[in-house]
Amino acid sequence: MKGSAAAPPLLEVDRVSVRFGALIAVNQVSLSVARGEIVAIIGPNGAGKTTLLNAVSGFYRPYEGTIAFEGRDRTRLAPPDVAALGIARTFQNVALFKGMSVLDNIMTGRLLKMRGNFLLEALYWGPARRQELEHRAFVERIIDFLEIQAIRKTPAGRLPYGLQKRVELARALAAEPKLLLLDEPMAGMNVEEKEDMCRFILDVNQEFDTTIALIEHDMGVVMDVSDRVVVLDYGRKIADGPPASVRKDAAVLDAYLGVAHDA
Amino acid sequence: MLDALHAVLVAPFRDMAGSPAFLVEVLIGGLFAGLMYSLVALGFVLIFKASGVFNFAQGVMVLFAALTLVGLLERGAPVLLALGLTTAVMVALAFAIERLVLRPLVNQEHIILFMATIGLNFFLEGFGEMLWGANVKKLDIGIPDRSFIVRGVQINELELTAAVTAAVLVAVLALFFQRTRIGRALRAVADDHEAALSLGIPLKTIWVVVWSVAGVVAIVAGLMWGAKSGVQFSLSLIALKALPVLILGGFESVPGAIVGGLIIGIGEKLGEVYWGPLVGGAIENWFAYVLALAFLLVRPQGLFGERIIERV
Repeated sequence: MKGSAAAPPLLEVDRVSVRFGALIAVNQVSLSVARGEIVAIIGPNGAGKTTLLNAVSGFYRPYEGTIAFEGRDRTRLAPPDVAALGIARTFQNVALFKGMSVLDNIMTGRLLKMRGNFLLEALYWGPARRQELEHRAFVERIIDFLEIQAIRKTPAGRLPYGLQKRVELARALAAEPKLLLLDEPMAGMNVEEKEDMCRFILDVNQEFDTTIALIEHDMGVVMDVSDRVVVLDYGRKIADGPPASVRKDAAVLDAYLGVAHDA
Repeated sequence: MLDALHAVLVAPFRDMAGSPAFLVEVLIGGLFAGLMYSLVALGFVLIFKASGVFNFAQGVMVLFAALTLVGLLERGAPVLLALGLTTAVMVALAFAIERLVLRPLVNQEHIILFMATIGLNFFLEGFGEMLWGANVKKLDIGIPDRSFIVRGVQINELELTAAVTAAVLVAVLALFFQRTRIGRALRAVADDHEAALSLGIPLKTIWVVVWSVAGVVAIVAGLMWGAKSGVQFSLSLIALKALPVLILGGFESVPGAIVGGLIIGIGEKLGEVYWGPLVGGAIENWFAYVLALAFLLVRPQGLFGERIIERV
């Protein structure tokens, strides 16, 4: 069983609400992610999944509630500070640096890990050169792992959508995050690409020991990958549990298939 | 007809070959002007790369830097102290711009940020003149405006100093932005703000760094142009010469700004001296714009710009 009950969860979201004016996009949602887990957050369109993810990664400020990472409150942090804590993410509509090569894109994921002297870097000399090569080696490992060797020099903007998603995952992995947030990693993919992505997500979880929270629209896909499923509907959490029990949950079925209204 | 062809295609080159020392002098003059254009264009490129903003106020920043420097010198500050203080003022300006202009407008359309820099342009112009006065000032930094002769080629000391300074500055900046992690972060920020943020790149810091560097570039440009032709409002108009340089070199390319500046500097000087008499002179004034126009028709992304490919 992953994540013992005694250890504090890696991520603890406690009664968080996010409002846009009068609209309450996320309403008093609590959820926790244990170390090593793969948690899927699912729900129909407009359920508040991406909003919740944006709150966790610092792009939105919660209106109420707290978000703790590794037991420490981090509700009010801005995105770069959240990244520095070890939370990496991908975006729903792929946010790659389109003009840069795949390799350079993934290298930007290492920026937080880089230290040292600008003068030496400018001259590409001594420790700076060593550092660049070390990071490059790590990035090459990720490139091999995600099977994108053939496109490493291609400008990211020219790749087909499915590969862009994979490069974005690679860039997030390059930061060696403790928690990886994936916003619809399989959206717009064909069945084969979806299967590949599922395999990568499972492998990342095992090989890099990365905890993963992913958002998915399509219920079927996540059942196989995730240890636990959280279901949102109209900004509220309506279910939370292992895939098998969530699948049978009446409220979830209602949310997805519609409710039969009598009279 | 044949006479005209001869006058355009043969005679100028015969003149060049006839007096190589004079040709070298013309080339050096062009190189000097070109480096100065590069310097101003570089200010634009840096800011455009990092924030996608075309900084309309770059020319006025040159004027403002020069005015501050002259003002401090006139009040008796030694040259080095005045330079240090001016740098501090430009860095403070970068902080203020980030806080008061860029941050409130984050994620707005580029055109809105562009309009904000037009406002900044007028503000800096008025503010600078309010602080330091609007009269023409002489900038004396202790380098004499005199010439010496090497193998029959006349070289101006001031121009030589300016050229060497500009070349060193440009080389340092190019290395800094191509090789360091700030350079990579800068390219990332230029491409996608949100993604850059999610990777831990602090947007604010990058903006302050970039505007500060643009401010320092403005100091050097203001210093050199000011020493040559006095500090006055027309200094801000050299920004207009930077536009064709940008079109030639590509808006996002540091090497492009340098090469573009040199091509235009040398091109317009050669044109003026050897072809000028054919059309009654003043080629220097329009050469850059005609060249830019030709580039827009043939290679709109510039020599080094990234080609814009859009899926349809």
